[in-house]
Amino acid sequence: MAGRQLQFSRAENEALRQEMERDARVFIMGEDVAGGAGRAALGIIDAWGGPMGATKGLIQQFGAERVIDTPICEMSFIGAGVGAALTGMRPVVELLFVNFVGVALDAIMNQAAYLRYMLGGQVSVPLVVKTAIGAVGMAPPNGGGSAAQHSGSIYSIFAHIPGLKCVVPSDAYTAKGLLTAAIRDDDPVVYCTHRRLLTTSCEVPQEPYALPIGKARTVRRGRDVTLVGIGRMTGVCLEAADQLAGEGLQTEVVDLLSVSPLDEDTVLEAVRRTRRLVVVDEDEPRCSVARDVAALVADRAIDYLDAPVKTVTGAHAPVPFSGVLEVAFVPTPERVVAAVHAAMRDEGR
Amino acid sequence: MATSPVELPTQASIPDDPAVLRWMYRHLVLIRTFEERVVSLRQSGVLQGSTHLYVGQEAVAVGVCGRLERDDYVASTHRGHGHCIAKGVDVSRMMAELYGRATGTNRGKGGSMHIADTSVGMLGATGIVGSGTPVALGAALSAKLRRTQQVAVAFFGDGAMGQGIVYECLNMAAIWQLPLIFVCENNRYAESTPVEYALSTRDLATRAGPFNVPFAIIDGQDVFAVYAAADAAVERARHGGGPTFIECKTYRYYGHFFGDDPLRYRTREEEEHYRGRDCIRRFEQAVAGQGLLAQAELERIGAEVRETVEQAVRFAEASPLPDPGEVDTDVYTPQRLEV
Ligand SMILES: Cc1ncc(C[n+]2csc(CCOP(=O)(O)OP(=O)(O)O)c2C)c(N)n1
Ligand SMILES: [Mg+2]
Repeated sequence: MAGRQLQFSRAENEALRQEMERDARVFIMGEDVAGGAGRAALGIIDAWGGPMGATKGLIQQFGAERVIDTPICEMSFIGAGVGAALTGMRPVVELLFVNFVGVALDAIMNQAAYLRYMLGGQVSVPLVVKTAIGAVGMAPPNGGGSAAQHSGSIYSIFAHIPGLKCVVPSDAYTAKGLLTAAIRDDDPVVYCTHRRLLTTSCEVPQEPYALPIGKARTVRRGRDVTLVGIGRMTGVCLEAADQLAGEGLQTEVVDLLSVSPLDEDTVLEAVRRTRRLVVVDEDEPRCSVARDVAALVADRAIDYLDAPVKTVTGAHAPVPFSGVLEVAFVPTPERVVAAVHAAMRDEGR
Repeated sequence: MATSPVELPTQASIPDDPAVLRWMYRHLVLIRTFEERVVSLRQSGVLQGSTHLYVGQEAVAVGVCGRLERDDYVASTHRGHGHCIAKGVDVSRMMAELYGRATGTNRGKGGSMHIADTSVGMLGATGIVGSGTPVALGAALSAKLRRTQQVAVAFFGDGAMGQGIVYECLNMAAIWQLPLIFVCENNRYAESTPVEYALSTRDLATRAGPFNVPFAIIDGQDVFAVYAAADAAVERARHGGGPTFIECKTYRYYGHFFGDDPLRYRTREEEEHYRGRDCIRRFEQAVAGQGLLAQAELERIGAEVRETVEQAVRFAEASPLPDPGEVDTDVYTPQRLEV
């Protein structure tokens, strides 16, 4: 029997619903996670179901006490998520777009991430911050995407912070498994949805399952070069691998899934076998996960390398609006193929 | 010394200067026409990208900016087209920005949510709710430090009243007596969330009182009422009297963004109620009733505005795209050599 196909946003919805059914301590809080709150008298109780539809239907099933619309006040409601997590609940708070972290970083970093350590291990903070990342990738010529404040990936900020975990699913299957794992995890986890993946579908099991946080997934086996992808970039790597196959190159593709903790073993094992590495990351390049992976390999596998490690990333710039500029910002399969060629050209230098 | 909260006179008298009336009408209609054109360009798929429409709220931008000088400052929101037009940003360059063209106000880098033209005091639209307010506060502080007599306006929505940042600014504006005007556009919704759910007071302006910031509660669909309140606030600000908070009760006719169906969270009756109080129609009725502007003149202005907007579309469509190499230009200011 062919497996059930499910859309990314439905897979997230299913993970939330199943975890709320399983554990009465789980609740959701954020702007418009139901939408139209306070209008029940008009027959309006779930107008938006989340800005991206991921929480649709949950208020009908779990009520307004477990699906809480908030005013616009990220610092306070994410801070409140920390307080609730400290005192026996397992909140999922929604930070609409990751760039809004600018107004909530204290709650996420100085509170959620540091508390356990600062308090000498007395507490855990089982908080999930669910957020959206990525450029929408509008085609030129006219108009563009959502511009700088709504298109960043910037998960490297979270990877930098000890105490915080951060996962970036690449398809509906990993979305459900990682969101489930994030909710079950005893530490704060930032869960990042790439907006361009929301409408993609793949086979997703009906029953609840958790994918281990801190574990990458090898999605294609090869022996000539390893591509490491993050989130939507995994699909870009797979397209590049198809093109490279036409040139007779067998490409290994590692889907990182978790940017913190980092699955060092899977990356190192693949690099030691394929002897070449290109890391593909939509985030800006400086202090990025891409360069962190490159540094890991320089440190632990340099003797195995036949070619210099290359990274293909966003530009060192805020994400632009105009379609032509946005396309120039986001890594493409062509740029990945070119990076592989460049690495091989530089071999032995 | 802080001033004690007083209510501003809200009695809306019609300005008797026909030049002011013509300016008001032209800008009310220009915003409406520009936005409706954007709607049609989105509907036909010509334009893409996040777009928050200002239709319905025109009287707020026009009433406030009508009292500002070119070098006064405005900080806007994600719903910024109206503020830009009323402050005098060229609509051709605005349209080119929406088209993502090199000739746009932001050279294609900002789009709808970030249109700015500092040459006319438009410091920029921002997509982070509440974040324009401290920027306006800083501009007011700067004007005070430079002793320029300029004033600054912070536009923000009811939703921004959930953010602590707005209250921090109220406090600073009051203790430093800054030439800052807080303009809260209460259009009853933040995305799908109604104001009566998200905020614990019905009249949001009353929240300024405890900060010793004078406030006014205005019918934001009455351009004359907004203009009168702005008049008093600008006078006070320019002459060292400090900040004012104006709440404009208004309504957005479209959804939160282009593509959002507002009937998911509000009723048709409510929409009809507010559309029945449309700011442009009320302007037309008021000036006709007083014999201030002839019907023919209103029609002439309307025709001119339609041509201006069509010209803007033609300009945008004829404009070049940015060079892809510009993806990482403008990140830093070019360094002068003598460091
Ligand atoms: C800090 C932040 N949180 C959330 C959002 C998402 N968002 C964009 S507009 C909006 C509603 C704003 O409502 P309001 O201030 O009333 O302005 P309106 O849209 O009604 O003009 C929200 C929640 C955002 N842009 N920034
Ligand atoms: Mg609003």
